[in-house]
Amino acid sequence: MHIPDGFLDAKTFVTLDVVAAGFVAAAAARVRRRLSERAVPLMAVLAAFIFAAQMLNFPVAGGTSGHFAGGALAAILLGPWAGALVLTLVLVIQAVAFGDGGILALGANVFNLALVAPFIAYGLYRFIRRLWRAEAGRFFGASVGAWAATVAAAAACAAELATSGTIPFAVVLPAMVAVHGLIGVAEGLITALALAAIRAGRPDLLELSRLTPGAGT
Amino acid sequence: MKVFTWVALAAALFLGVVISPFASSWLDGLERVAEDKGFVEIGEGEPAVESPVPGYAFPGIGHEKFATALAAGAGTILAFVATLGLAGLLRKGNR
Repeated sequence: MHIPDGFLDAKTFVTLDVVAAGFVAAAAARVRRRLSERAVPLMAVLAAFIFAAQMLNFPVAGGTSGHFAGGALAAILLGPWAGALVLTLVLVIQAVAFGDGGILALGANVFNLALVAPFIAYGLYRFIRRLWRAEAGRFFGASVGAWAATVAAAAACAAELATSGTIPFAVVLPAMVAVHGLIGVAEGLITALALAAIRAGRPDLLELSRLTPGAGT
Repeated sequence: MKVFTWVALAAALFLGVVISPFASSWLDGLERVAEDKGFVEIGEGEPAVESPVPGYAFPGIGHEKFATALAAGAGTILAFVATLGLAGLLRKGNR
């Protein structure tokens, strides 16, 4: 759901450019203090994986496709702050090098996909993990978190389009939430599958988020 | 860590270079809503800044799937290197 330039008016995209810049600076400051050595290559691999996976559109309904976004996976593995930084880098590369998502709308896209999505996913994941401590709870929590993150990002996007006067909120919110409710199911499945693959190969990485900011507390 | 890093990077490159040229080209969620609700055209003007590889297809390459594969490979490596560099710098600046 990368917003192109043109969909948002100046007051909306400027506000979100400033808000996103502030959040990313705060994330960098937090990550800087607590980033473990092992987290650096994992961040890089996740950025590469998320970039590639975001190109893999799959059909979700007639004439409509969706793709994995990765905010939940990054937040669960790295904690939401480092996860936000990884997603931000992916979005910057997509906008600057590939024209996917507007340059002026970059702040809005960072806000939706690199901030709202990871933090919603991580909050729900931690909440469910506290209630369901068995391993199955990890995958259930990750799936629910990833689904909710997708829908929340879509709702934020709808709000931005409405504030811009592009389309009334009452029209765009149900439409965005409906299609991303479907895409979110795939996001949840892929997030759980990726965690299962990491658990099989490198289970220690599942505990890494305790060593990075905002995690395990 | 090293083995995992290279295996995971290779997997990402595989997804990008080999699979992405065959991904669905149907409208994504936001594009679908924009099309259905009639505001798609306001996003189709000239971009504020021209990107070097618009639409994930290297310009000047006639074969569409090859152009996409190349863009995916370049972007995946760029994402890996940029993150490695910036996260490494962030960590180093901490010492």
